[in-house]
Amino acid sequence: MTRQMRSPLGRVLGLGSAKEGVQHWWMQRLTAVALVPLIIWFVIAALGMIGADRAAMVAWMHTPMSPVFAILLIVAVVYHLALGLQVVIEDYIHSEAWKLGLIIVMRLWCIVLVGRGVLAVLTLAFAG
Amino acid sequence: MSDPRPLSPHLQIYRWQLTSVLSILHRITGVGLAVGAVLLVSWFGSAADGTASFASFQGFLASPIGLVLLFGCSVALFYHLCNGIRHLCWDTGRGLDLKSVYASGWAVLVATVVLTVIVWGVGLSRWGV
Repeated sequence: MTRQMRSPLGRVLGLGSAKEGVQHWWMQRLTAVALVPLIIWFVIAALGMIGADRAAMVAWMHTPMSPVFAILLIVAVVYHLALGLQVVIEDYIHSEAWKLGLIIVMRLWCIVLVGRGVLAVLTLAFAG
Repeated sequence: MSDPRPLSPHLQIYRWQLTSVLSILHRITGVGLAVGAVLLVSWFGSAADGTASFASFQGFLASPIGLVLLFGCSVALFYHLCNGIRHLCWDTGRGLDLKSVYASGWAVLVATVVLTVIVWGVGLSRWGV
C-alpha cells in the first residue's frame, strides 16, 4: 500500500474532503447502466410514434410493459441528470451561496420533471 | 474575475487532443441533454393533457425548430450513450492504456455518426420525406 495520508478517524468515517461522494458515484453508474437498455428501447419505440396521434400513445401505454419502462426511463434520466448537473455546478460555480442555491433549484426542477413525467405516463396507462 | 490565479488548463495555449475533446464533449452533451429530458417529459405530458395538446406538441417537434432540437438531442444522446459505455468499461479497469483510449475514442465518434444516420434514415423514411 502507499503511504496513508488520512487520519485514522477520517478513514473510519470514510469521508473525503467533500464529505460525501460514494453514493453519488455509485448512483451515477447504476443509472447509467440502467439507461443503456432503456434508451435503446425508447429510441426504437419513439421511431414508431413519428406522426402518431394521442390514440396511438394511449394504445402504446396500454401494453403491459411499456408504461413500466417509460416510468423507469423518466426516473433514471432525471436522476442521472440531477447527479451530472450537480457536478457541473460544483465545478464551475465557486461562490458557496450560489453553488448551494443553484443545486437546490436544479433538484427542485428535477423533482417537478419526474412528477410531471410519471403522472403523465400513469394517466395514459390508466385513464387513457 | 477577482481570483488572480491562472486557469487550468490554460485554454489559449492548451494543445487540444482527442482525449480532452471527447471528455469535455461528454459534459457538454450531458448538459445539453437536460433539454432532451424536458422534451421527453413534455411529450408524455402533452399526451396526458389531451388530444389537442399532443397534436400541437407533435406539430412543434415536426417544425424546423423542433427538428433542430430533436437532431441536436439525438446526436448528443448517441454520443453520451457511446462515450458513457466507454466510461463504464474504464470503471472496470479495462482499456485505460493510451492506445486503447484513443481507439475507443474514435470508435465512439464513428458509432455516434452511424447511430445518428441510421435513426434519422429510418425516422425520415417513416415520416415520408
